Amino acid sequence: MFEGVPLTWFLIVATLMFFIGIYGFLVRKNLITMLMSLELVLNSVNINFVAFNKLLYPQHLEGMFFTVFVIAVAAAEASVAIAIIINIYRRLVNIDVEKMEEMKY
Amino acid sequence: MINFSYTIWIVLIPLIFFVLIGFFGNRFKPVVSGIVGTSGLFISMALSFYTAYQYFFVMPKVGDTFQKIIGYNAVWLRFTEKLHIDLGVLLDPISVMMLIVITTVSFMVHLYSIGYMKGEKGFERYFSFLSLFSFSMLGLVIATNIFQMYIFWELVGVSSYLLIGFYYTKDSAVAASKKAFVVTRFADLGFLIGILILSFTTGTFDFITLTDPHGTAITQGSGIMFLGLSTMTWSMIFVFMGGAGKSAMFPLHIWLPDAMEGPTPVSALIHAATMVVAGVYLVARMFPIYHFSAPVALDVVMYVGAFSSIFAAVIACTQFDIKRVLAYSTISQIGMMIFALGVSGYGESGLGFMASMFHLFTHAFFKSLLFLGAGAIIHAVHSNYMNEMGGLRKHLPITHITFLIACLAIAGIPPLSGFFSKDEILAASHEKNMVIYILGMIISALTAFYMFRLYFSIFWGKQQEYHHTPHEAPKVMTIPLMLLSLGAIFTGFLPFASLVTSDGKPLMTHIEPAVAIPAVLVCLLGALIAMIFYQKETNLPEKISKALGGAYQAAYRKFYIDELYLFITKKIIFDHVSRPIAWFDRHIVDGSMNGISYITNEVSARIKRFQSGQLQQYAWVFVAGAVALALAFIYLWTN
Repeated sequence: MFEGVPLTWFLIVATLMFFIGIYGFLVRKNLITMLMSLELVLNSVNINFVAFNKLLYPQHLEGMFFTVFVIAVAAAEASVAIAIIINIYRRLVNIDVEKMEEMKY
Repeated sequence: MINFSYTIWIVLIPLIFFVLIGFFGNRFKPVVSGIVGTSGLFISMALSFYTAYQYFFVMPKVGDTFQKIIGYNAVWLRFTEKLHIDLGVLLDPISVMMLIVITTVSFMVHLYSIGYMKGEKGFERYFSFLSLFSFSMLGLVIATNIFQMYIFWELVGVSSYLLIGFYYTKDSAVAASKKAFVVTRFADLGFLIGILILSFTTGTFDFITLTDPHGTAITQGSGIMFLGLSTMTWSMIFVFMGGAGKSAMFPLHIWLPDAMEGPTPVSALIHAATMVVAGVYLVARMFPIYHFSAPVALDVVMYVGAFSSIFAAVIACTQFDIKRVLAYSTISQIGMMIFALGVSGYGESGLGFMASMFHLFTHAFFKSLLFLGAGAIIHAVHSNYMNEMGGLRKHLPITHITFLIACLAIAGIPPLSGFFSKDEILAASHEKNMVIYILGMIISALTAFYMFRLYFSIFWGKQQEYHHTPHEAPKVMTIPLMLLSLGAIFTGFLPFASLVTSDGKPLMTHIEPAVAIPAVLVCLLGALIAMIFYQKETNLPEKISKALGGAYQAAYRKFYIDELYLFITKKIIFDHVSRPIAWFDRHIVDGSMNGISYITNEVSARIKRFQSGQLQQYAWVFVAGAVALALAFIYLWTN
């Protein structure tokens, strides 16, 4: 299915997704957007797993399983994070990350 | 072989009664505690007399020698097969004799205290402490090994502390009890060091092994030399330091006169008859070691005893508090017992040993009688000072007669008990050391003088006006007085030399006229001078004391020993040792701790700004760190 597509292309896509995710996490002030950025980071890693699995051990499926595992964890993590964000919104009527500094020194 | 295992009950009964009275005494009327405690001691006394009868007269002697018998033994702490600490009962002539002395005097004092302490707050407490003391003292004398002795040695110290401080609302009593405890505890430190050196050198705690003249401890004990003396000598000197502390020998005597703050029967029991002779008993118990392995230590014992004796006798002549006179007299008499041990030899030439034990025995009776008599007088007059007394012979007839008997006994007038024992001491020192003998004569004369000074100023002298007419003490107090005066009269006739000797073999003694006659003459002289001075009201004593001037003042102020101690402790130790140490503690030790916490505090105040609460700031730092690490790894790998 991926015949003729070199590994580098996968890596380029994954790297781009990774740094876009990092950038989003660092600069966007909305908590939901930050969560989405995090999902980008996770998925870039998934792409790497699948690509390397196919390249290095075509007859094994560990990379695939790990990807599925990461997706499951990401889903759980997203549900917890969204629950926290909803609670924050109920309390502060705001989900701006810069307003959340109650726990500082 | 007779089974002596019942002797353990002599010791255990007072312990049981201590617990009973201590925990349950306050549920009943106070007098119940008194009667229960007294009957407990009566059982102990009866058992002691039975033991003595069995030991001295029923048990067969081996080769004409009294054997040392372990009546009961229990291994208490087992460290290794060789090193274990036992608790048990050792019976030999001196411990059996001490059982008699302690239980008898303790019983008399218990009986007397029912009357004397009547109506006092803490009556039950008093009796439980008396039982505790009896238990500890009995445990001390029957100790089978030096470690058991040390345990009970500390226990008598504690009971003495508790009883001196019985009137704990009185500042002077509290101070006196602390002084007694600290001074004797300081001396016990020496005792402990002595025990450690001794057991290290000989490899045993056991008295029978230690004191066997043919045993390994004596024949090959002292090897290593230190500062010109063998380790054995050093250990014996240290052990004697403990004994000197308990027996109030110079310069550790300062606690005994102050200990008179306690109730008078306590003074009679602890500070006259039993606990203060523990030092004598200790030296007697270790006597073969002193004699064979550490003759230098025995000389130390002799000189310390002789000096304390004359020193205390001189002070006793100048004091006005009757209990203090008796306290100094006790120091003086114990000094005599100690130097008697010091001049003694072993076996055939062990006259001094036997004389010392004899004097210990008779002294217990007449000195406790004197104290109990003094208690009856104080009870009647409500004063301790003899210059506030006078002409009491009409008011207190029984006390008067018994006190007179005790004075005659302690002064050594024949045929009362003190004469025999003192005569043996003088005879023993006459054989060995003329200087000590002459000192002994002077002490005898001084003893007679201060005792009759006491007697005449209390019972004769000028008639005093009293707030209310002094009345004789109740029967429960006078009966012990009468019983003890029987002891003071007749104990001198006991065949002591054939019962209690250094090696267990009987000793041939006789009254040596060349010693006895001068001794009686100087005693009579001392008594006569006291009679001239104090029987009628005269101004002779003031004239003499004025004429003596500074010497009299020095003796009256107890040769400034207390002041010297205060100077050493306050001016030297407190100012030059304790204060610098306290400064070091406050500034260096505490300072470094405070400094550490101060620095932590300051630094954390500075760096807490990093905790800004800005999530993305943390993320920036994290990413930057990760990138920096990645770059560093790449750099290292590529090179």
